[in-house]
Amino acid sequence: MYNKIMVPVDLAHLDALEKALTVAADMARHYNAALCYVGVTTSQPSAVARTPEEYRKKLLAFAQGHAPDNGHEATASVYMSNDPVADLDDILLEAIKELDADLVVMGTHLPHHIDAIMPATGSKVASHSEVSVFLVRP
Amino acid sequence: MEKENSSDSEELSPAVGIPAPEGAANLIDTDYQIGQDNYSTSKFGIAVDIHGAVFSFSSMVILAFVILTLALPEQTGPLFESMRSWLTSNLSWFFLLAGNIFVLLCLFLIFSPLGRVRIGGGDAAPDFSYISWFAMLFAAGMGVGLMFYGVSEPLTHYATSLGGTTMGENGVRTDWAPLGAAADNPEGAVRLGMAATIFHWGLHPWAIYAIVALSLAIFSYNKGLPLTVRSIFYPLLGERVWGWPGHVIDILAVFATLFGLATSLGVGAKQAAAGLHYLFDLPTGDTTLVLLIAAITAVALFSIVAGVDKGVKRLSEINMVLAFLLLMFVVFVGPTLLIATGFFKNIGGYLMELPFLSNPFGREDANFSQGWTAFYWAWWISWSPFVGMFIARVSRGRSVREFLIAVLLVPSSVSVFWMTAFGTTAIDQLMNGFEGAKNADLPLQMFQMLGQLPLTEITSFIGIVLVIVFFVTSSDSGSLVIDTITAGGKIDAPKPQRVFWGVIEGAIAIALLLGGGLGALQAMAVSTGLPFTLVLLVGCYAIVQGLMSEPRPK
Repeated sequence: MYNKIMVPVDLAHLDALEKALTVAADMARHYNAALCYVGVTTSQPSAVARTPEEYRKKLLAFAQGHAPDNGHEATASVYMSNDPVADLDDILLEAIKELDADLVVMGTHLPHHIDAIMPATGSKVASHSEVSVFLVRP
Repeated sequence: MEKENSSDSEELSPAVGIPAPEGAANLIDTDYQIGQDNYSTSKFGIAVDIHGAVFSFSSMVILAFVILTLALPEQTGPLFESMRSWLTSNLSWFFLLAGNIFVLLCLFLIFSPLGRVRIGGGDAAPDFSYISWFAMLFAAGMGVGLMFYGVSEPLTHYATSLGGTTMGENGVRTDWAPLGAAADNPEGAVRLGMAATIFHWGLHPWAIYAIVALSLAIFSYNKGLPLTVRSIFYPLLGERVWGWPGHVIDILAVFATLFGLATSLGVGAKQAAAGLHYLFDLPTGDTTLVLLIAAITAVALFSIVAGVDKGVKRLSEINMVLAFLLLMFVVFVGPTLLIATGFFKNIGGYLMELPFLSNPFGREDANFSQGWTAFYWAWWISWSPFVGMFIARVSRGRSVREFLIAVLLVPSSVSVFWMTAFGTTAIDQLMNGFEGAKNADLPLQMFQMLGQLPLTEITSFIGIVLVIVFFVTSSDSGSLVIDTITAGGKIDAPKPQRVFWGVIEGAIAIALLLGGGLGALQAMAVSTGLPFTLVLLVGCYAIVQGLMSEPRPK
């Protein structure tokens, strides 16, 4: 049913993503789909990497370490942003199109009142994307 | 799965002392990891990720300051005033001297081999095209100031110069004319007035910004340190910058930025109120000011939440177009020929008077050099962490030489042209017998000048919109910068923090306007500018040190 599953990852908060990563791997196995990990970084040094190049290497290493055991290789795509917090939803929507993904599996937080003013990235992606989006609560 | 996961995340956890080698750059080898001292939680329904010491200390002090100023306006008002006059009269030489050092260092770097170093490593390609880079450089630096002082400064210096010098009883000059004035010599007064104005808006402010921006850019992009002011001190303090010495530096930067911004916001609110009064006869009292600041801050919050690309960048572009239209209108409807010839004449006059205007010692024109120049320098310096960080963020991939030439010359020339257009028009009107602008309050002078030109309603309205949008973009980008500093250099900290700082900036502007008016704002900008001047002087040393250790492409 699904051929390519996109999994946005935040290398700085991997512990919060554990459940989403497990779900993504299970789905990939079930549908025999390929996994593509997407990361967003800045050109400034961040908590994860001090240069964009270093970030790319880390995401690639992460993808290789998290390949599903179904024969498909896991790929990694890095997107650059001047303001990742504000642009994340747009970048992910663009990535879905560019990578030609047909399912998105992403971690998100529990709903809050503040979401009314500043909606969570997951909900925004789900409401604006044409493909299926699986939001994994912690 | 879980096991694999945990071993992986350990291997992938942020670089522990092993910086990735990148092109021809020289990363500093440090064990510090961005965000390691941060406190992050989402316990209260709002996610936060802040540097514990820097955030809590600066926000507590600022909140206490706002509350005290609002609670005791009678006591705080005179306090601010005496603080400002003490600082500018006793330490103006220090501000002027520091300003000269910044300009000289920039010029030295342009011509030295160090200018070949590339920001972001030898192979780095620029993030932005020349056009949008120039536009952002300019939009960042002055904004509201150009609107506020574009007419009033040339006009004031012209009028005081023409008035000549007057001696007080104790042999101290009581006039506000620059240098030796130009009594009863209209042509000399125009020349001196314009030279003095350009001096305040030309090379010196941009050299201050360039120093901050360059040092931040080098230590962040080439050395791999977090994008906060403390990183500049690495050559001097080593690993200690991650401890309390560094916290203090960052806290100073936050204070300087907040009060520098609040001054601009206060100035902007005053001018917007004056414009609304001029056009729609709205009252200009405190209530209007408070409502204006609150409303504009609310708009700024939308822009903050929208982010850099959808918020501040779009608004800056709109503003560039509006400002350009207003400038062209004044050029073509005003005395076009005078402005065109004046542009070059003014630059000439500026270069001739520069050595005297920038002399820090033994000045006879105490009122001018302390009340105007020293105040401006302090104001620019208190703005510099904010503008500098913004310029640093958009300048990756430029060589140091290219960077300095662009930052010094492009915005300076635009400022000179702006001042020439607005100033010449206003002075021309005055010479032809229109005294309205000269006699009006500072915030109203621009509208008085526009009132003498056709299409007054439209141009004044554009003027008000410009002031308001400049206000919004300053508040927006200011919140971003303060948020980055108080989040230990993280530029991807949660949004509610930015909103917090946006609200605080509005609150400071309101508190200071109510508790002492514009004088209080200026007093705080000067007081926070002073310690930050010391920070910048160290920055000069750090830049040279940092550039020396970088590879220099041929």
